[in-house]
Amino acid sequence: MPLIDAQDIEIRHGATRAVFGVSLSIEAGEIVTIVGPNGSGKSTLLRALIGAIPTSSGTIKRAPNLRVGYVPQKLHVDPALPMTVRRFLNLPRRVGAKAVRAALTRTGVQELEKKQISSLSGGQLQRVLLARAILNDPQLLVLDEATQGLDQPGSADFYRLIEALRDEIGCAVLMVSHELHVVMSATDRVICLNGHICCEGTPAVVTATEAYRELFGSGTGGALALYRHDHDHEHSDGQACTHDHDHHHEHEAAK
Amino acid sequence: MSDLLDDFMIRAILAAVGTALACGALGCFVVWRRMAYFGDATAHAAILGVALALLFSVSIPLGVLIVALAMGLLVGALSGGTTTPDSLLGVLSHGALAIGLVAVSLMPKARVDLEAYLFGDILVVSRMDLLVIWGGAAVVCGVLAWRWQALLAEILSNDLAYASGLNPRRDRMLLTLLIAAVVAVSIKVVGALLITAMLIIPAAAARLIARGPEGMAVWATIIGVVAAVGGLYGAREFGTPAGPSIICFATAIFCVASAFGQLRRA
Repeated sequence: MPLIDAQDIEIRHGATRAVFGVSLSIEAGEIVTIVGPNGSGKSTLLRALIGAIPTSSGTIKRAPNLRVGYVPQKLHVDPALPMTVRRFLNLPRRVGAKAVRAALTRTGVQELEKKQISSLSGGQLQRVLLARAILNDPQLLVLDEATQGLDQPGSADFYRLIEALRDEIGCAVLMVSHELHVVMSATDRVICLNGHICCEGTPAVVTATEAYRELFGSGTGGALALYRHDHDHEHSDGQACTHDHDHHHEHEAAK
Repeated sequence: MSDLLDDFMIRAILAAVGTALACGALGCFVVWRRMAYFGDATAHAAILGVALALLFSVSIPLGVLIVALAMGLLVGALSGGTTTPDSLLGVLSHGALAIGLVAVSLMPKARVDLEAYLFGDILVVSRMDLLVIWGGAAVVCGVLAWRWQALLAEILSNDLAYASGLNPRRDRMLLTLLIAAVVAVSIKVVGALLITAMLIIPAAAARLIARGPEGMAVWATIIGVVAAVGGLYGAREFGTPAGPSIICFATAIFCVASAFGQLRRA
């Protein structure tokens, strides 16, 4: 039984079809990444899967009592609303001080507990949002471009944390990202979206397809090169990287 | 001391305090969700509600409640089109006020004291009015307490709320209903033109003091009650209209809190 099973869904924004003919299912424990150009319906699809917007046709089945941890693209907290991080993590269910502290410690921001949400930096807020998402021991973690506004080492750290959390909690992860090279090394399955699903499969399969190259070929050449390079190192020779590369420090930091 | 026991004055104080209780926590949501203009539109529709209530011989609070609610639903239904929310509310708010004023002017003169509904007429509240005000305040506070956690989560992010299994659309309707109820119970005390002030000013002043949402709601209620009692005594002392005097008192509290906040930051 998949956690979420979507069959042939279509989502409209007024007269335009944002997403059409999409079928996908998420199995327990897997990491699925949705990639696609701007305006390809990535966030729309994600929001429909969590039930925030209706579909105009097709069906979305969620496993009974599915626990979803959702990390939005950004969170705008109006300065008119006074709210500490601790209070925020107690919404909408009160979980108590101990659970809050444990979650914040897990995402590395325990010192922010008593800070006002509106005073946090982008990176701090994302880690607080992630802490909130893992509070209810989710079966599925959903992230919508969660590293927007973080620099590259920052987002690399963030995705490593996601991977570690997946291993720990055993949850599935569904995320949208534009940072292909950073995300793909930690992904089981890639779904390439441009209104409909252009192609899907393991990162290696997807990046080799024609449809994928048409979408990303010219614009993200650098990122692709970097990705393939990462990939070669991790899977082809199966050995640790010994020479100096862009991603080298990431290996170091992971130890 | 005999002033204190004055029957009129006691009823006026009870009415004003009841209104302040209804407005305190709900006013925080109006501030948090930036619904000030929405509150205005709903309150201005109340004048039309008065006219229709008289026309169909139903009780005035009921007429006001229905028309204010209809206005709230209309705003909800029309938003999202090509007219920006700002201009949409501008159109509906002033349109409703104008239509209400015209409708009232068509009534026989003796039946409607327009000024009383625009600015409030707290010194003539009846026992029935008190019952409506305190009943309304109890309902508003009760519903807010019941849905408190969900309503707070929904202010932060609709998507987060949906992911947690909440229903933001339904709760937004609930807020619309509560604002209509507050308009219906407040019109006698502060009048249609100043109801939004009674919602917003205590909450805005409380924001300068509070560090959490619950604290802000409690402070807004306290400030509203102090302003209600203080404003009433001011009105009595200087022979000024009660509703505007209450709002003046609340504004003075806001200024003091604001100055205090500036000093603390400096």
